[in-house]
Amino acid sequence: MNIGIVRFPGSNCEVDVWEAWKVLGQVPKMLWHQETSVRGYDLIVLPGGFSYGDYLRTGAIARFSPIMEDVIRFAKEGGMVLGICNGFQILTECGLLPGALLRNRDLHFLCQPQYLRAERTDLAFTSLYQKGEVIQIPINHGEGNYAIDDAGLKELEENGQVVFRYVDASGEVNEAGNPNGSRHNIAGIVNREGNVLGMMPHPERVVEEIVGGTDGQRLFLSLVQAWERRMQYGA
Amino acid sequence: MEPRIWREMGLTDEEYERVVQLMGREPNELEVGIFGVMWSEHCSYKTSKPVLRRFPTEGPQVLQGPGENAGIVDIGDGLAVVFKMESHNHPSALEPYQGAATGVGGILRDVFTMGARPIAVLDPLRFGPLEEENTRRLVRGVVAGIGGYGNSIGIPTVAGDVYFHESYRGNPLVNAMAVGLLEHRHIAKGVASGVGNPVMVVGARTGRDGIHGATFASVELSEESEAKRSAVQVGDPFMEKLLMEACLELIQSGAIVGIQDMGAAGLTSSSCEMASRGNSGIEMDLSLVPRRETGMTPYEIMLSESQERMLVVPKAGREQEVEEVFHRWGLEAVVVGKVTADGMLRLLEEGKVVAEIPAKALTDEAPVYHRPTREPEYYARLKEQPLDGIKAAKPYGEILLDLLGSPNLASKSWVYRQYDHQVGTNTVVTPGGDAAVLRVRGTQKGLGMTTDCNARYVYLDPYVGGALAVVEAAQNLVCVGAKPLAITDCLNFGNPEKPEIFWQFEQACAGIAEACRVLETPVTGGNVSLYNETNGEAIYPTPTIGMVGLVENLEQVVRNRFAEPGEEIFLLGEVSGSLAGSEYLALFDGMEAGTLPPLDLKEIKQRLDFMLKLIVAGLVQSAHDVTEGGLAVALAEMAGKCGVRVSIALESAYELAELILLFGERLGRILFTVKPENAAKVQALAEQTGVLVTRLGETGGDTVAISVNGELKLEAAISECQRRSEETLPKALN
Repeated sequence: MNIGIVRFPGSNCEVDVWEAWKVLGQVPKMLWHQETSVRGYDLIVLPGGFSYGDYLRTGAIARFSPIMEDVIRFAKEGGMVLGICNGFQILTECGLLPGALLRNRDLHFLCQPQYLRAERTDLAFTSLYQKGEVIQIPINHGEGNYAIDDAGLKELEENGQVVFRYVDASGEVNEAGNPNGSRHNIAGIVNREGNVLGMMPHPERVVEEIVGGTDGQRLFLSLVQAWERRMQYGA
Repeated sequence: MEPRIWREMGLTDEEYERVVQLMGREPNELEVGIFGVMWSEHCSYKTSKPVLRRFPTEGPQVLQGPGENAGIVDIGDGLAVVFKMESHNHPSALEPYQGAATGVGGILRDVFTMGARPIAVLDPLRFGPLEEENTRRLVRGVVAGIGGYGNSIGIPTVAGDVYFHESYRGNPLVNAMAVGLLEHRHIAKGVASGVGNPVMVVGARTGRDGIHGATFASVELSEESEAKRSAVQVGDPFMEKLLMEACLELIQSGAIVGIQDMGAAGLTSSSCEMASRGNSGIEMDLSLVPRRETGMTPYEIMLSESQERMLVVPKAGREQEVEEVFHRWGLEAVVVGKVTADGMLRLLEEGKVVAEIPAKALTDEAPVYHRPTREPEYYARLKEQPLDGIKAAKPYGEILLDLLGSPNLASKSWVYRQYDHQVGTNTVVTPGGDAAVLRVRGTQKGLGMTTDCNARYVYLDPYVGGALAVVEAAQNLVCVGAKPLAITDCLNFGNPEKPEIFWQFEQACAGIAEACRVLETPVTGGNVSLYNETNGEAIYPTPTIGMVGLVENLEQVVRNRFAEPGEEIFLLGEVSGSLAGSEYLALFDGMEAGTLPPLDLKEIKQRLDFMLKLIVAGLVQSAHDVTEGGLAVALAEMAGKCGVRVSIALESAYELAELILLFGERLGRILFTVKPENAAKVQALAEQTGVLVTRLGETGGDTVAISVNGELKLEAAISECQRRSEETLPKALN
């Protein structure tokens, strides 16, 4: 499987994503932000970090980098794109996903374990999770408060585009389980076509028990499985 | 020259005389400014040097001791750990966010200039009383600043400690430690040698920020300090991330002879220190230094503390390689001069010489002071202060909850949740553990790291307290299964010109030195922060110890929470402690007094060796050292998934015996649990080794229950313990 991880100046989770894939038997390539083509890849990952220092607004400058133009083309042609944390912010900035990520409700940066509920498991990203399953994937952000207007929210929910929701330990969607004030406890969404996923939690941080858990493994393995099927049966 | 000029630059009249002597002529103003900053306490260690010389600095594991940007210790497999701690106290008092942020940035540069990739940051913090609004403002700013820098650059902040005490009211302490990993073959040093080799300034442009920061760090804070706000630098973690990647790439390319961070005193200290270490001279034309402002004078360029800059000496002919690496990362790299043979720091402006000073006059020839010492009046008085009249203030269960909720003992999760402590995905033991543990990729090994200092102990007895700071660090490492390797220190004290303060300094350092000798953890470097006073009031002496240890096999890592019900719990060390200098006494009686329990370092070493042996043998389920708040607090801290019931026999008829048993403090004690089937084995090993081990009870239930002589004396629900511990900081700070 050809996986490309885009490295913007200021990205800081790109190596972690690379290591996570390696643990799961894949060897991705690093793509420099100045490259102009992502042709030939089966998956593009936009990793977490502070691209270009995030000085203007998170993800706001990264969307204008040379490589993003081709990532947008790639996504529109159905290519798989996964944006984690800052990657999610970039995906909303460049319009591949709706909404925006604002400062956390209490204005603090938050690095903590987080319960999530898998809402969609019919996607290439999540097929190995059980629908409604509660998993633990840590969050690590200062601006993860998902915002969208009422009409947009209605559309997201009606189309079933919410993939992960923040929940409490018992799996309930409530205020106590919502770390950052996101509307409808949204932690991750997919585009209508199902090939672009953006999520604030960091699955790459939980693929090995020794550093905190393995609940992130199945996201990566789902993608491999989907790719294998595609190889077997054609796209 | 008018005396006013050198005095303003921080030189005494005698020091100015020494300058004239060393120069063989009257210096010009630029030269006086350079001497002023290089001979400041911050850069020259002129007061502390004679004391620091007594630290043990050698051991088979030490690859680089004090004197470089950071110390280096071997961990086998061709790998080494690089670490150093520094203070950023005065800047943080004025500008908490930027002060703390640039503290992190500076210490990271010290580590990656040695060729190491930083893997972790630790932050010991000290503030005034949490009840005060100004403290809250500082805490919020400092924590956000540390997070803002560390999180952005992508280095996890994994440990530290936070204490509140009125002595830090006007002068908070913000210490930062960085730890890095490198392969032996990539070790780089801050040395300029090879006549004719070019000298390059790389990284950010030079501006007017931070001018005279080092001098500022070497005077007491006062109301006038506010006016010196421009002495605080502004950090740019994005720039530093680029600089770090470029420097590491450059070092590994083998194109350079030496590299040094431009920290305190910027271009001045980096150039003369590199020249001095290389027994060379350096000649630079300041008009070639890239600037971000126009009209900067040579003085401003030399004294600027703009962040994220480095001085690099490449091998002649390879400067283009340096430029290429830096340009790829979007950074500047400019040749500004060359290494010379004459030992002079020669500065030019557009070809004209504007300063010419023997480099060694600025470094090795800096004055050294042997300050007078005097035992302070309080020392004997507090030591002998009777603790009579003390009574248990409340039922023991309520005391326990009050202690758990007191600012010093309360959970610090409000702080560390704002730090990315996982980036790099190597953090095996996260904040909240006795020590952090990070894995070393590609090996079975892990690195343990911790920072510690109970300043109240140091105040009451600087010698014993200094030693105890080292002991606490060592026992924290041992509790996670790491063998202590070496320390760095950040020695925060008041004005050393006061004999009582210098006495504290000397005594504390002697205690540290002795503990390091016995525990076999040499000092590999550190930082001295003096003049921590506000309007004449000194902070409690706070020699923060940063210690690094080696976990041979990550499978053996032990955590400080009970693993499951039905484990047997043991106490290594004395069952009872002392109220002297205890958190109990401070919280309930507003008293900080008493004679600390006697300290037997050899015995403690024996206990730590024993504990490590048990852990390596796989016999230990959980372990936690007994520190502030004593036995009851330590037991409550271990409870989580399940509670504990312990039963202790007490023979004393002394009316305070129970209180002392439950809340008395004494370092050198560790609580640990084992599976029932291993209990007899552990007891036999203890007897064989001759260490004191007492079986206290077993884990289980959902309370912490302590019986004394068969009678239940204290019981508290785990949920209540956790609630009280967790609520304090958010309540005060949100």
